[in-house]
Amino acid sequence: MPLELQLSLPLILILILSIKIVMVDAKFGNNKTLGFVTALAGFIVVFISAAFTLTISPEAIASLNAEELYSKGTITYGGFAAYFDMLFCVAAILTILAALPYFQKENSEHNAFYSMMVFAVAGMMLIAHSANLLSLFIGIEIMSISFYVLAGYFRTKEKSIEAALKYFLLGAFATGFLLYGIALIYGATGSLSLPEILTKIAADDFSNTYLTLGIALMLIGLCFKVAAFPFHQWAPDVYTGAPTVVTAFMSTAGKAAALIAFIIVARALFVIDIGQAAEIPDFQTNAIMIIAIISAATMLIGNITALVQKNIKRMLAYSSVAHAGYLLMGIVANSPQGWEGIIFYATAYLFMQIGAFIVLSVLERKTDKNLDLDDYSGISKSHPFLAAIMAIFMFSLAGIPPFAGFFGKFLLFTAAIDAGFTWLTIIAVISSMISVYFYIGLIVYMYFRKSNTYPLEADMGSAKVTLIISTACVVILGIFPSLIINLINNFF
Amino acid sequence: MINAIPLEYYLGLASIIFLIGTVGVLVRRNAIIVFMSIELMLNSVNLTFVGFSTYLGDTAGQVFVFFVMAVAAAEAAIGLAIVLALFRNKQTIYVDEVNVLKW
Repeated sequence: MPLELQLSLPLILILILSIKIVMVDAKFGNNKTLGFVTALAGFIVVFISAAFTLTISPEAIASLNAEELYSKGTITYGGFAAYFDMLFCVAAILTILAALPYFQKENSEHNAFYSMMVFAVAGMMLIAHSANLLSLFIGIEIMSISFYVLAGYFRTKEKSIEAALKYFLLGAFATGFLLYGIALIYGATGSLSLPEILTKIAADDFSNTYLTLGIALMLIGLCFKVAAFPFHQWAPDVYTGAPTVVTAFMSTAGKAAALIAFIIVARALFVIDIGQAAEIPDFQTNAIMIIAIISAATMLIGNITALVQKNIKRMLAYSSVAHAGYLLMGIVANSPQGWEGIIFYATAYLFMQIGAFIVLSVLERKTDKNLDLDDYSGISKSHPFLAAIMAIFMFSLAGIPPFAGFFGKFLLFTAAIDAGFTWLTIIAVISSMISVYFYIGLIVYMYFRKSNTYPLEADMGSAKVTLIISTACVVILGIFPSLIINLINNFF
Repeated sequence: MINAIPLEYYLGLASIIFLIGTVGVLVRRNAIIVFMSIELMLNSVNLTFVGFSTYLGDTAGQVFVFFVMAVAAAEAAIGLAIVLALFRNKQTIYVDEVNVLKW
């Protein structure tokens, strides 16, 4: 098999899977578990093929000549793209394992859910692989459109539909800005291919007005997708209204995908001062300063608003906004170190946030019951297992060692300091300390409050697998972070 | 013929249409009209792409326009379905009456 086909195997397989799962739904729509089985098996196959492409040596990939490839250089292979393929597949597997018992409980099993999950993952993988503004845009749209549908999955519930409507209108609005930005960058540099744009910018061969405007508009669009201040207002509403398992997936894998888009764009538009250009252009210094301010404001607003929430789902939604702020620090650092920090923290964040939302989905009952802090009083007595792992996720989200969240924050903070953004790191540390209050607050409710007169029911089913895997990953990545760090060190 | 019209005219027209669309999204309250304003924004971007593409003598921009059209069609399908589901639940399509979720 030619090397290019081997490298594009994950993308080809996910495309085959997305066609197959629609056909399975059309032919065996009455069989409620078949969609689940197909999606699970498919994701495992895609995961294995992505792991296989990660083993192909970077030298072999670098030796490919873009002109002779079928993809004509619009797709990146191997490296971080393959890593993110694996990550998205893991997130999807964890989500659908928890979704099966969740939808049984809610009496709304449809195979369409699994189809949309496959489409969303296909879009995310395309984002991770894109080396061209066109494929980047298509990937972002495939992901977003699947998410609009997933957010409105409970189509008879007012909250779910409201979440879908808000997400759709604001998401499409943001798409307009993103596209206008792409159009102006295309006009300024005369190319859609990201490596070509980088060479043109480094050679100072572009129209400054259009490029500055384009970057500003594209920044608005991307900030919308990662839910960064001042474009974060949709996130709490959508994350609260959407079905809990969907929120688990959107707020982790979706955020990771939006951030990888950010990294890809930043690598093409911003030159690093080691040898790529004689001097750093003005627009770059300004853009990075603006991203730094956005990052600082995002983490402060997210954490301070989360303080006053009584609903745990909404609290976690605001904390997810705050985490977007931490992750943007890696973009601000604009160095390989910062991007590696983003990749590590996105991995750690994915496991801890999915775990926390799945605990919620296990305890949640119809009509959004059992989502308030008071309902969690004293559940360490009735559900010691759930309380213990929820405590682990909360410690990890708060960034307390020895869990994975601590090392992620550590990497991002050091990258920002090395890039000369000490003030940003100070704000990040302060906002982490604010966040400890509400994360530990939940643990206090679970362990040190009297239990309710009505004990919560919990039937986990296959969600137990999700919880065990995510707990294991949070603990292992916290104790042995070098497992991932050694891998991602080769990417940039 | 097309060379007789300078690039700035295309870009000026496109930016005016984009602004009209943006104002429409921010001001109007009917979900369908908001959605129409978004379509207006996407189409102004198409105009920008075609203008640049002609000016640069590069076809990539025109190819992009086809993809934008396809994406806009997919978005229309999803968006109208969501508006329909909203109407079945609440008998309204005015976005300011949709306010269950708030902090």
